[in-house]
Amino acid sequence: MSVIIEGVISLLLIAGGIFVFIGSLGMAHLRDFYMRLHGPTKATTLGIGCMLIASMLYFWSVDGKPDAQELLITLFLFITAPVSAHLLAKSGLHLKLKHADKTLGKPIELRPEEVGDKPVPHPDKGHG
Amino acid sequence: MIAPRSWLPTPVLSLLLLIVWLLLVRSYAFGQFVLGGSLAILIPLLTYRFWDARPLIAKPFALLRFIFRVLGDIITANFEVAYLIANPWRKLKPHFIEYPLMLEERFTITLLANTISLTPGTVSANLRMDGKSLLIHALNVDDEEALINQIRERYERPLKEIYEC
Repeated sequence: MSVIIEGVISLLLIAGGIFVFIGSLGMAHLRDFYMRLHGPTKATTLGIGCMLIASMLYFWSVDGKPDAQELLITLFLFITAPVSAHLLAKSGLHLKLKHADKTLGKPIELRPEEVGDKPVPHPDKGHG
Repeated sequence: MIAPRSWLPTPVLSLLLLIVWLLLVRSYAFGQFVLGGSLAILIPLLTYRFWDARPLIAKPFALLRFIFRVLGDIITANFEVAYLIANPWRKLKPHFIEYPLMLEERFTITLLANTISLTPGTVSANLRMDGKSLLIHALNVDDEEALINQIRERYERPLKEIYEC
């Protein structure tokens, strides 16, 4: 394994580690539930992406043939991360979790009273 | 929902399943083709009720450009969020934003919501029942209008061009 490839792999691993650490730091440190969501959805995706690319490069240079499994993991991660973030945020709103006082904008989901009638979803285009 | 057609309701999905299966088992033996192929036929047959009809891609190249733009944005988003979290003197201005949707199809709205969640400092939090607006939580916003405009021009309009025309 040449020095250059080794260097690239090490750099990717370090970068990945830093990103994942910062993502987790955000999850532990930010003020409210909705802000904490941002850390794991973004910083962690890139961090794990970096690590998987490093792993792919390593096994490519050791085994001598490329392998796409890591790409698949990255793909699944990119598909699932936003969906789970959306669901978490939605359930947070449903439970009316507190948000930091400085948060601007008051979504109707968080108001104490029920606002208006719920529209009847269209059979084809409904979102219910 | 996709109309129950023949034994192959979603050909693209089936092909994708077969490819993913072959990549996962890391073998291209004939047996794996048979096993993967039968799974690729069975799974869509069992799940086609849950799939929305997918609008046709009108401009494949625009789609490709959109994908690369989103990938680039994901990387910058990561640096941005990492900086916001790691900077101890930060003054974050979190914001709930009501985003009026221009898209109408469920499939494209899903794509837009996922794109928003993956890109700079925003998580899509709720899609209203009437499908007319999306609630977004942003980590640090100075100008609400600018953010809405950015999402509109950068993601929603290309998506509309690609799928709905």
